[in-house]
Amino acid sequence: MFKHLKQLTSLVAMIAVVFAFTTEAMAKKSKTLKNTQKKGFVRCGVSQGLPGFSNADASGNWTGIDVDVCRAVAAAVLGDANKVKFTPLSAKERFTALTSGEIDILSRNTTWTLSRDADIGLTFVGVNFYDGQGFMVRKSSGITSTGQFKDGISACTNIGTTTELNMRDFFNSKGIKYEPVAFEKADEVVAAYDAGRCDTYTTDKSGLAAQRTKMKNPDEHIVLPETISKEPLGPVVRQGDAVWEDIVRWSLNTMIEAEEYGITSANADSMKTSDNPAIKRLVGAEGEMGAAFGLDNEWNLRIIKQVGNYGESYKRNIADTGILPDRGPNQLWTKGGILYVPPAR
Amino acid sequence: MDNRGIDFGFGFLKQEASFDMQFTLLDYDGQDSYAWAYVVALLNTLLVSFLGIIFCTILGVIIGVARLSQNFLIRNSAAWYVEFFRNIPLLLQIFFWYYAALRALPLPETAEPWFGVTYMTIKGYYIPSMIWENLNVFLSCLIAAIVSIIFIRIYARKLQEREGKQLPVFYISIGLLIILPLLSFLIGGVKLDFELPVLKQLAQTSFIFEGGIALPPELIALVVALSLYTSTFVAECVRAGIQGISKGQKEAAASVGLNPNQILKLVIMPQALRIIIPPTTNQYLNLTKNSSLAAAIAYPDLVLVFAGTALMQTGKAIEIVGITMLTYLTISLSIAALMNWYNKRIEIKEK
Repeated sequence: MFKHLKQLTSLVAMIAVVFAFTTEAMAKKSKTLKNTQKKGFVRCGVSQGLPGFSNADASGNWTGIDVDVCRAVAAAVLGDANKVKFTPLSAKERFTALTSGEIDILSRNTTWTLSRDADIGLTFVGVNFYDGQGFMVRKSSGITSTGQFKDGISACTNIGTTTELNMRDFFNSKGIKYEPVAFEKADEVVAAYDAGRCDTYTTDKSGLAAQRTKMKNPDEHIVLPETISKEPLGPVVRQGDAVWEDIVRWSLNTMIEAEEYGITSANADSMKTSDNPAIKRLVGAEGEMGAAFGLDNEWNLRIIKQVGNYGESYKRNIADTGILPDRGPNQLWTKGGILYVPPAR
Repeated sequence: MDNRGIDFGFGFLKQEASFDMQFTLLDYDGQDSYAWAYVVALLNTLLVSFLGIIFCTILGVIIGVARLSQNFLIRNSAAWYVEFFRNIPLLLQIFFWYYAALRALPLPETAEPWFGVTYMTIKGYYIPSMIWENLNVFLSCLIAAIVSIIFIRIYARKLQEREGKQLPVFYISIGLLIILPLLSFLIGGVKLDFELPVLKQLAQTSFIFEGGIALPPELIALVVALSLYTSTFVAECVRAGIQGISKGQKEAAASVGLNPNQILKLVIMPQALRIIIPPTTNQYLNLTKNSSLAAAIAYPDLVLVFAGTALMQTGKAIEIVGITMLTYLTISLSIAALMNWYNKRIEIKEK
């Protein structure tokens, strides 16, 4: 019995040392968080204009569900959802801007894939929109399904996206010879397709619905029913700052869970006296939910009050603007969708 | 870079590219490697630069000479042309030619044939393709013709130096160039067929031409914009070169009995070229570098495909941008070396 005591004590000592180091490292504030609080604004990379997701109006105000993720983080860490500096990025520039430290969150309808998550030095923190790639054609062409595509069809799209790869997989699997015409900016793709350069325009279905509103005559175009890929879109952060990653992840999760529990920007304050402990935790009235991030206890309440829950954000940006009134898979799991986030406790 | 979680390396070049390209000179498929995608995209860049340099030189010389014309209308039109095209940013001109052309060109089903068998449409310029039989026989005849022309020229020069006789070298050359390949058709069993583009319906209102060669509108717009823009600078170089030769040279040449044709060929041009070549080299380099603006209108050049799509898919920003920069540097230095060699050949040789 005593033979092993020495080894046992040394093992305990080792565990204690490791534990001490870990807790010390945990207690250390995130470097990105520290820099953000010093600067006084969140640096957020968005698209160059995709209605419903991230789009600037004439006076330079950004709106969209991707924009709301950054606003939520700003509300959580700085106390003001408006303290965000938006950087419009092309599909090509976006990852370099993030890895080089020019922005701290990339919230730009970016598809979560294995190679992006593993190779490029990025970490995806969640999904704020479940999308899939589709095709748009002119109504007059009489095409109502991708089954009617024939050899020689020309397809306009963006470079540097998963779209380009999905398109190839799709046409190859169907054995259709096609002409890819890939532009750098979405506006150029739309202009070329609208002029008649291409028979079809392919990108994420939400993108098709949004760009359709920009066309000369939206009623002349239809989006085909088929979906040829899974495109889970979500915010991305740099690899290597786990605390910052958690802050962004749980800012998004807070918005979704708030909708689940019926907490809105209007009733958030009154929810503090709720009987449900899960609701009380979400509005900072119970537990120590901010300490692990190096934040105060009302960080999540501020998100809900200033930005609103996910449902409010969706309604304001995507449903009411006529882009995609039907929430489809982006409905809560309790209402037949696939939005399901881990509990905040 | 470790801090940022980026790893450095060129292993990705061997990976499957898995994207397609709209227009390629060599066979390319998404299953090929990134390295091959690079080669194919580089060839597209070289093609556009090559075509641009040829057209801007031809146009530039014509406009440059026109600016010195005695005719008021020709002289002033040329001046207006130069001032107009060189003072509008190139990117705008590329957009103009691309989108203007897209708006103005007919859809395939309503296109009227040009020269009977070619069709200019919004989806590209369709021309018949050639189908050769015994192409190697034809090519060897062509090479034989060119080699014999070189020998005849050397012989003619020697003959003139020795005996003062002049051979009609130009007519002999043309004759050889026509007769030898023609013989290959009559005796060598060479056959040439044309495959004509034929209209094909894809859907109710969607048509395309099949067969023949399709030149995409992106390529055409890019070559047109680059040539028009750069030709203005070449024209100014040509004008400067010709004006740089004093009038006395021309008068002296005339006084020793040379005809106007010989004056231009033997006296004016050799001296003018010395002034024209160095600044024109700069313009060729500019054109090559400007061809990277192709990315704006979806022409699959090196920047769009390699520094665009490939960079995006692999995330190897440092490696890919590095390779792309080195590539442009190599192309530019090669053009400069070639032009410097030509400049050395024609420069004044003092004895």
